[in-house]
Amino acid sequence: MAANVSTTDEQKDAIATTQLQTEVTNKPRNGADVLIQALHDQKVDIVFGYPGGAVLHVYDALYRNPIRHILTRHEQGAIHAAEGYARVLNKPGVVIATSGPGATNLVTGIADAMIDSIPLVVFTGQVATNVIGSDAFQEADIMGITTPITKHNYQVQDVNDIPRIVKEAFHIANTGRKGPVLIDFPKNISASVFDEALAESSREEELYLPGYQPNTKPNFLQIQKAIQAIGEAKQPLILADAGVLFADARQELSEFAEKYKLPVINTLLGLGSIHGQHELNFGMAGMHGAGVANDAIQKADLLINIGARFDDRLTGDTKLFAPNATIIHIDIDPAEIGKNIPTAIPIVADAKEALTALLKKDFEGPDTTDWLAYLYEKQHDTPYWYVEDEKEILPQQIIEMVHTITNGDAVVTTDVGQHQMWAAQYYKLNHDHQWVTSGGLGTMGFGFPAAIGAQFAKPDKKVITFCGDAGFQMTLQELALLNEFNLPVKVVIVNNGALGMVRQWQELFYDGRYSQSLMPVQPDFVKLAEAYGVKGYRINTLDEAHTILEEALNSDEPVVIDARVKQLENVYPMVPAGKSLDDIVGVKKF
Amino acid sequence: MKRVITVTVLNQSGVLNRVTGLLMKRQFNIESITVGHTEQANVSKMTFVVHVADETKLEQLVKQLSKQIDVLKVNDITEKSIVLRELALIKVVSPANLRHEMNSIVEPFRPQIIDTSKNVVTYQVVGQPDKIDAFIELIRPYGIKELTRTGVTASVRESQPIETPQLSILK
Ligand SMILES: Cc1ncc(C[n+]2csc(CCOP(=O)(O)OP(=O)(O)O)c2C)c(N)n1
Ligand SMILES: [Mg+2]
Repeated sequence: MAANVSTTDEQKDAIATTQLQTEVTNKPRNGADVLIQALHDQKVDIVFGYPGGAVLHVYDALYRNPIRHILTRHEQGAIHAAEGYARVLNKPGVVIATSGPGATNLVTGIADAMIDSIPLVVFTGQVATNVIGSDAFQEADIMGITTPITKHNYQVQDVNDIPRIVKEAFHIANTGRKGPVLIDFPKNISASVFDEALAESSREEELYLPGYQPNTKPNFLQIQKAIQAIGEAKQPLILADAGVLFADARQELSEFAEKYKLPVINTLLGLGSIHGQHELNFGMAGMHGAGVANDAIQKADLLINIGARFDDRLTGDTKLFAPNATIIHIDIDPAEIGKNIPTAIPIVADAKEALTALLKKDFEGPDTTDWLAYLYEKQHDTPYWYVEDEKEILPQQIIEMVHTITNGDAVVTTDVGQHQMWAAQYYKLNHDHQWVTSGGLGTMGFGFPAAIGAQFAKPDKKVITFCGDAGFQMTLQELALLNEFNLPVKVVIVNNGALGMVRQWQELFYDGRYSQSLMPVQPDFVKLAEAYGVKGYRINTLDEAHTILEEALNSDEPVVIDARVKQLENVYPMVPAGKSLDDIVGVKKF
Repeated sequence: MKRVITVTVLNQSGVLNRVTGLLMKRQFNIESITVGHTEQANVSKMTFVVHVADETKLEQLVKQLSKQIDVLKVNDITEKSIVLRELALIKVVSPANLRHEMNSIVEPFRPQIIDTSKNVVTYQVVGQPDKIDAFIELIRPYGIKELTRTGVTASVRESQPIETPQLSILK
């Protein structure tokens, strides 16, 4: 009986723990606690980051009030993972890094997210406010550095501003034209005691951003004008870009195109805004786009641009772009309209709202029978092509096989280079939010960590990343995560032993002087994968390709596939930089 | 073409950097900038004189500025009826034997003498930039020791004629 009244060791431990916990919970909350709570309030379920001195309080708060945190092996890996996550879920990715080198390691990813409009909320530690400006240990002026590459940035000056700033940051990142928002967080602010009395009132506060009121509803008159122009057109063409994806307007786009029998083409980043094999889809336009898509632009008399920014990789020489077309431009960002191409009918709106407005009006559409007939013929005459090789695998064949094995259903991320263009050409996407690529910045090292983020976002989806042998080596340290979390990402290295895209330009424009573009010495990617505890495969022949891809892609485990492909293969068609789309070369077999 | 642009901003730290950085990044050529508080607490106004190549560039400038989160309003006031003012402080060599002559020739500009010493006098002139240019040319032969100009600030007149001709200095 005595045993029942006296306390056992276990009970003592339990009491001690409870006391500790009460002590902890009774401690007033500091800035770091408030920050982590603000992330919970935003329903953040995962953050990608890397700790360091200036964010120790933040990581301590994370320990008390956990949110799933993925410790990447480099901050660049963290931010590209957050981009991949954001891109497939169409909501902000969250990143934490320390001050100084932690923050500067994020810069490439921030610039990448800015130019491709990817919503991110990025937290950087900063030295204490009393030493900012004194070149303190690990101090970097990340506000100054990131001002031109963020949609907005904040440096927290008062602990009581944290809830408001975090709320604003998420709102700004994920509305209007999406983009990265950075919050710089001095260490002493993260340690300061928060005024709980203010907390209650600030939680209820409405957002007050008088200088930020993005317009999402289209102007009635402009819609009217668009309808008239579409009705009168003989050769109308829809150019659909990522604006359609960010607005989740794929359904509306297909309906609209089908209702009026309008042909659709995509930009590189707009892939997935219409089914890859839709009968009205004439493929990707631009520098390495389909012959038919580029020809359609040059022949169209009306170009309906939905959410594209008329980037130079799409337009070529802007003066010679779409010479016969009246331009309708639908964009959430008014600054994009008229920036590169004179626009007759500007519609500042969210793509979904604009398409819905257009769909609501039942109007007399154009007769596109002849136009479509012309395009089908052109499409039939100018498919993407390659010349099979007896001995070597062509990179295009690898992409085609992956497409076949995965039925076009996989989430596909790419790195930057030739393989990226082949992936865009040959992997026909069935869905939206399934394509993750670095378009505007062209960031090598993006593809693999982006796939990790995408896999965390969609654990049940097959995620494939096509990487170049060079680009993969820029962020391959993240292989550690595949093992640690048993993330079944499928890494397909399209290994041509070269900085292929650079080599191609040197072949075509520098008389084949391959200055620093061949990479004869490489790691053994299979052993490298194995060193990280990941299964590695090597493909040397077409026969191997079939069997190994079949096995590896259908496995539930992470895999790295080193596919050895022909080194001197070029991406065609190609519009040489700065030339007109009419100057496209390699539309047909040489 | 030369344009006068006013930008009303929330007075947050970093906003000046964001606005001027944007002009630099997009290769706009700034002739002058002035900044100061307005009648509203926490709101500042910047006045830019910029050179832009054409209408498209001008439209871009206004749109890119408007897009910034802390920018409340952007106005191109070039074509409006406006008051433009700039202040200059000009330190000139002025030996006693010439001082009287100098003071009388600058008289039409109604400058203020804000500092004098044995051989140097400092004039303060306020007016449109072209008036200040003229003043400087006039006084230059005497030997300018130091020159500071504030840059232009501007205010739109209350009553606007229906058709306002462009201000001569902006042509
Ligand atoms: C960070 C970075 N550095 C340099 C470049 C320039 N660049 C573009 S493609 C390319 C070659 C990429 O080689 P690889 O990753 O092997 O892909 P491949 O073109 O061979 O498919 C280079 C160096 C870039 N886009 N990004
Ligand atoms: Mg390569």
